[in-house]
Amino acid sequence: MNWRACGLAAALIVVAADEAGAYEWSGMLAFDNRVFWEEPAFPEQRSQAYYPSLVMQPELRADWNGEKDRFTFIPFLRAEPADPQRQHLDIRELNWLHAAGDWDVTVGVAKVFWGVTESRHLVDIINQSDLLEDIDREQKLGQPMVNLNLIGEYGTFGFYVLPYFREQTYQDRRGRLRFALPIDTDRARYASAREEWHTDVALRWSHSLASWDIGVSYFRGTGRESAFDLDLGDPFNPRLVPRYDLIRQTGLELQHTSGPWLLKLEAISRAGQGKRFFAATAGFEYTWFDVLSRGADLGVLAECNHDGRDANPLVAPPVPYDDDVFLGLRLSMNDADDSSVLAGVLQDVDQDATFISLKANRRFATDWILEVKGRHFVDAPPDDFVLHGYRRDSHLQLRLARYF
Amino acid sequence: MKKCASLLLLTVLLARVAGAETPEEKGLAIANEVDRRNQGYADMVVAMTMTLIDARGKTDERKLDLKALEVTAADDGDKALLVFNQPRDVAGTALLTATHIQAEDDQWLYLPALKRIKRISSSNKTGSFMGSEFSYEDLAPQEVRKYQYKFLRHEPCGALRCLVVEVYPGYKNSGYAKLINWIDDQEYRSQKIAFYDTANQLLKTLTAEGYRQYLNQYWRPDTLMMVNHKNGKGTRLTFGEYRFKTGLKDNDFAPAALQRGR
Repeated sequence: MNWRACGLAAALIVVAADEAGAYEWSGMLAFDNRVFWEEPAFPEQRSQAYYPSLVMQPELRADWNGEKDRFTFIPFLRAEPADPQRQHLDIRELNWLHAAGDWDVTVGVAKVFWGVTESRHLVDIINQSDLLEDIDREQKLGQPMVNLNLIGEYGTFGFYVLPYFREQTYQDRRGRLRFALPIDTDRARYASAREEWHTDVALRWSHSLASWDIGVSYFRGTGRESAFDLDLGDPFNPRLVPRYDLIRQTGLELQHTSGPWLLKLEAISRAGQGKRFFAATAGFEYTWFDVLSRGADLGVLAECNHDGRDANPLVAPPVPYDDDVFLGLRLSMNDADDSSVLAGVLQDVDQDATFISLKANRRFATDWILEVKGRHFVDAPPDDFVLHGYRRDSHLQLRLARYF
Repeated sequence: MKKCASLLLLTVLLARVAGAETPEEKGLAIANEVDRRNQGYADMVVAMTMTLIDARGKTDERKLDLKALEVTAADDGDKALLVFNQPRDVAGTALLTATHIQAEDDQWLYLPALKRIKRISSSNKTGSFMGSEFSYEDLAPQEVRKYQYKFLRHEPCGALRCLVVEVYPGYKNSGYAKLINWIDDQEYRSQKIAFYDTANQLLKTLTAEGYRQYLNQYWRPDTLMMVNHKNGKGTRLTFGEYRFKTGLKDNDFAPAALQRGR
């Protein structure tokens, strides 16, 4: 990405916004503290246990034309002196939105989310995951796009043209939370001769009908997840080279909401990475509201994950979900501090692979948030390509964030 | 004799008038009159400040924008879109509610950090809204047909005279056995509401202040003060300038339109 051009564009927006008069700066500044308590699995990894870092995400919005037009600029920066690979800069958003009653159009770098389930976001495909930020794939890199949405009686039709591809971010050989073999991100290969300039297209129809919410999507272009080619050029130092295949993916999102029950399904059929495969996440969420009349909500989540892709990372992108069950508990206190806890276990049904996650946060003064995130890898057999690499990387992260 | 006959006739007439309307019918008639005076607003936009006041008097502020859309369909009630501005960590979070007369209401939450539109359960009636003394059902658009009514009495309330009506929620999962609503007989504005919990104990009192008339028709308060008698906490809602008939359409309240928020 051309940072100078982005900087210039941003400066232009600031000037334009100042002219228009209606602009707002907001954003977040956070101090992260990550602690790994086990010795690393690979000899070349740093044995350091404590990683402090600083996160900055300022947000500029300017609107005009009676709020029908808006410019958004959201750069993101993580400064992590102890882990240069994780230190990175990205433009999460830099776009113009025009909304006119029953249609809207977005041009520029933006973020789009599709999906209903909690343990895995299978259908969501527009944005690349920022794996350096978090392994949960909920942090996304900005995606250049032109997106047109038509909202009508028969649901919403979304059209996406994606002219540029963002490569997957991977941890280097020295960092924690890497795969079993080092990844050479500088030599990524593409199935398309146009490499990252292949024009990807996507289409989605979504609708809410009584207690049903439905989404059907189609994507054709460069698959966001990479498979790998094995590079044995240096036989004592084998490497994986990311390979981005051209795929076609059809997705389905379905949710039924009735009383305290949410029933959810996400399914995809994807061609282009080995044989065409099918994957699905299905489950439910049940919530007890106002538990013991103390105002708190307690929810239980259960989801099954199935993924039929080739388990060989040289054929299809590796994922830790071949046949897994996720069980979770969500507690929202509904207090003035918005305290909440989400705890979950992902268990492989075929073998001993267990992954425990925990997230808790509360506000402790106006605009200050304290957040604790924990990940514990209990068992990770060698044939689970992802989790085996992470097996000694259980960690805890304490975040102190100031929103403005 | 003539005088006596006319007196008799008057008594009969009065008895018929009184007998023609049971307290339930009169209660419903008052609710319909309140509703009638509010019809035709099309849509409404207002900025709100919500101040949480704990038992020791410590305060905490939230800022929200409310947009409402009038829906005139037989089975559906109005739609409401609440967008949070403060605290800053939830800025941009939006709650969309589409009410229905018989069926459960539909609710969607928009989480701007993930750009996620999430359909949520609307069974949460009694839970606190953002840590305030308002529950979700207190803030839902009020629809006449979702309640039963009973007229109690006509009595002075401050400088005005009020029609006092008992209101019984007719939907599932309500936290209230009844509400008692004081409605002034001049402009049919709710001046005070007492909330009784399911054990029929007085739980909360809501007081409206600073009513102003907009577009020569619609009366809206500047302040709503909710006091919880059980925990000693309170929540004050202060409203900015209300705007009506701003041209909002049904599509502006579509779940898919939430992502335009920010």
